[in-house]
Amino acid sequence: MKILEMTAVELGAAIKNKEVTVREAAEAVLEQIEKQEEKLHCYVTVDREGALKQAEEVQKKIDAGEFSGPLAGVPVAIKDNMCTEGMLTTCSSRILGNFVPTFSSEAVLNLQNAGAVILGKTNMDEFAMGSTTETSAFGVTRNPWNPEHVPGGSSGGSAAAVAAQECFYALGSDTGGSIRQPASFCGVVGLKPTYGSVSRYGLIAYGSSLDQIGPLCKDVRDCATIMEIIATHDPKDSTSVERQDTDFTAALVENVEGMRIGIPRDYFGEGLDPEVKSAVLNAAAVLKEKGALVEEFDLSLVEYAIPAYYTIAAAEASSNLERFDGIKYGYRTAEYEGLHNMYKKSRSEGFGAEVKRRIMLGSFVLSSGYYDAYYLKALRVKALIKKAFDQAFEKYDVILGPVAPTTAPKLGESLSDPIKMYLGDIYTISVNLAGLPGLSMPCGLDGKGLPIGVQLIGDCFQEKKLIQTAYTYEKARGAFGRKEEENV
Amino acid sequence: MSKQYETVIGLEVHVELATKTKIFCGCSTAFGGEPNTHTCPVCTGMPGSLPVLNKQVLEYAVAVGLATNCTITQYCKFDRKNYFYPDNPQNYQISQLYLPICRNGKVEIETEAGKKFVGIHEIHMEEDAGKLIHDEWDDCSLVDYNRSGVPLIEIVSEPDMRSAEEVIAYLEKLRMTIQYLGASDCKLQEGSMRADVNLSIREVGAKEFGTRTEMKNLNSFKAIARAIEGERERQIDLLELGEKVMQETRRWDDNKGESYAMRSKEDAQDYRYFPDPDLVPIVLDDAFLEEIRAKQPEFREEKMRRYKQEFDIPEYDIEIITGSKRMADLFEATVAIGSQPKKVSNWLMVETLRLLKENNMDPEDIRFSPENLAKLISLTDTKAINSSVAKEVFEVMFTENVDPEKYVEEKGLKTVNDEGALRKTVEEVIANNPQSVDDYRNGKEKAIGFLVGQTMKAMKGKADPGMVNQILKELL
Repeated sequence: MKILEMTAVELGAAIKNKEVTVREAAEAVLEQIEKQEEKLHCYVTVDREGALKQAEEVQKKIDAGEFSGPLAGVPVAIKDNMCTEGMLTTCSSRILGNFVPTFSSEAVLNLQNAGAVILGKTNMDEFAMGSTTETSAFGVTRNPWNPEHVPGGSSGGSAAAVAAQECFYALGSDTGGSIRQPASFCGVVGLKPTYGSVSRYGLIAYGSSLDQIGPLCKDVRDCATIMEIIATHDPKDSTSVERQDTDFTAALVENVEGMRIGIPRDYFGEGLDPEVKSAVLNAAAVLKEKGALVEEFDLSLVEYAIPAYYTIAAAEASSNLERFDGIKYGYRTAEYEGLHNMYKKSRSEGFGAEVKRRIMLGSFVLSSGYYDAYYLKALRVKALIKKAFDQAFEKYDVILGPVAPTTAPKLGESLSDPIKMYLGDIYTISVNLAGLPGLSMPCGLDGKGLPIGVQLIGDCFQEKKLIQTAYTYEKARGAFGRKEEENV
Repeated sequence: MSKQYETVIGLEVHVELATKTKIFCGCSTAFGGEPNTHTCPVCTGMPGSLPVLNKQVLEYAVAVGLATNCTITQYCKFDRKNYFYPDNPQNYQISQLYLPICRNGKVEIETEAGKKFVGIHEIHMEEDAGKLIHDEWDDCSLVDYNRSGVPLIEIVSEPDMRSAEEVIAYLEKLRMTIQYLGASDCKLQEGSMRADVNLSIREVGAKEFGTRTEMKNLNSFKAIARAIEGERERQIDLLELGEKVMQETRRWDDNKGESYAMRSKEDAQDYRYFPDPDLVPIVLDDAFLEEIRAKQPEFREEKMRRYKQEFDIPEYDIEIITGSKRMADLFEATVAIGSQPKKVSNWLMVETLRLLKENNMDPEDIRFSPENLAKLISLTDTKAINSSVAKEVFEVMFTENVDPEKYVEEKGLKTVNDEGALRKTVEEVIANNPQSVDDYRNGKEKAIGFLVGQTMKAMKGKADPGMVNQILKELL
């Protein structure tokens, strides 16, 4: 088997069995990066030297028995909003264009402690604001399935890198769908864990109450395996939860007998592309055939999720992004007169249009006199949405629906109409508002040959039900993904 | 001035809590480190860092709330106060607006006019900012984040005070209460207690409040009293001239004895407060509150009552000793070891206060232990050393907390009780000072003083002056 075609777990096993060395794996993937990056631009930073050096060190520790986990020696890509000590971390923004963190995020440390080899940092929408990776200050990332199309976003670089075999798996972050939607557009598996499962320490915040780090990978086994490594309790993050049920790989069971799957009618109405609809419903039919109890139901409140989300996320972002002021680190304007002018110019020049739009929106909804009408009301909507999900999960183990209304749009189509772009998040953002886990996996191709994703949503801390359902579907569906020879 | 005016004052008091580490990270709160050495990614606002609440801050805040008769908010939250300034590394301060930890308290104060209650509107927890240093020479500004994240509580009073005297009484009361709790040393000069004065005036009998100003930069009780007088007069002058008082923040210049406007209400920033999503709501159960309540110390008033009953020492001494928690603790601990209260009190009231004053120190800075004070008292009780040696030893003990027994032993300061040796020295003194001997014998009683002095000198101070006197008289 060709190295690049291996899943992360397969490669980990091959390294353990001494069929492949860590260096061989790193070199293979670095060569792939070299071949394709000019065209795809998945990465902001590729740390070739560092990766090869890590490969040597990790190999020694594997040989010495210090690293024995399933992903020891497997090269990984990290979204560029997670701090990596000594390695550029830009959030794909000019304002952090020169920022080198002094510490690594907890999720990255967890991977390193499991023997991961870090290849570099993947491109994203600036500060994770966007759904196409086109708002990056460092250029767009292209969809490996068709370079005329976007990879989705904001974790577009991570999703595209996995799909294009430029890494064996990647970390992304998901505030309103930023793992699941690019996973869907790029035909890979992505999981947004329950809020609080993966430490946010070192993740450069967008919407703190919604942000969650999760894996983008080739299959469900990889997904469960990565989760076991990154879902740890972290006392440095006050919102980190101490979970006992993190044996996610125990849920890799091919059985959905009696699994109650709810299909929200609200997710299949106007605006949903017919090809996406039929592929998603077909996935439901496959699960039904495997013994799941599938029925439709009304989730309600779906139309309120987008305004509530953009109010809360923008409010938090407006405050979270205040620290980027040109004083302590990052971009500072060349010429200025006095403090106020320095702030104004540094931030005007350092942030892109979409980030500015959300800062303005967020500042507005928090302003004196508007706080109750917008921010507080949005929090109330958030609570109601959570309640609607609570009621649904009294009846169902898993909710199944589309990830996005369409497959990946063409480059340049989305940014001209931000409202339309925001509406594209309709199926993913409720999951963040309610703090739930959501898994996205490929369930077919559309007429243009672009991947379609199906989303499985679980109750809080029920990732294992999602993994079990996804694993069963994956086995029934058969292989999905791109062969090396298909690569551009 | 034809009209009679009443001054209405409310206070915002910031108190730096005595925790070892900062409010949201593990950095030291110690004062005076090299710039930016007590810092980490959290208190310098590095991207990706997250705050975690220091539990001790919560305990102190609740303790102060209980001691000031507040209702404790059992579901409370932190909010972000957003404003851009370089001393604030995140450009928001983590504070409390919507659900502060304590509300609706009151403390009793006493002035010459009598006793009254001052209401406490709320107490909230927050983080301190860093310090900006403006380098005029290089025309640049530097920032030191050592203080960034040092825990503060802000105690907001109701506008219940009517005079500088009441304000000082209220501040003294807060300071004493908080010091007794050990929650802060409350030093105005060092800034661990800071007060902003909100003041307005109105005609006597008026129901409505006048327009208030907020006065900042008040570093001592005296400055506060002067600022209140100055601001009262400024506002009365304005009204008498038919002008209006502007709602504004003013900065007091204590050297010039005047204030100037910093910013007016129109410039007031919109802080866009909202709950900090990085911190989870704090839920305090009854058991936690009970635990804090059980740990409340005996406060000053109770202590004073008890001292009056238990110890035979003057009321004035009681007032001074209980005026500092450190002093009261020292007193009680020394007495507990077995020293006579009156003697302990004397050492504190005379020598300790003198040395504190000479060294420009606070009672909180006292270093010597009750064990050592008790040993010193015991050395004088047994006449092992005389009183002038005792004072000498005390001074060393005051600065270095030496063990007086060991010190006396090492330095050979013990009184010579060997009557033979003493008698021999006295005989020598008599032989060497015939003039004084004659004077004494001729009825000049004072001359014996000189002879005692000469003997003490010959004995290097280590004799019991009473005994010397006795032997002298006998031999003469």
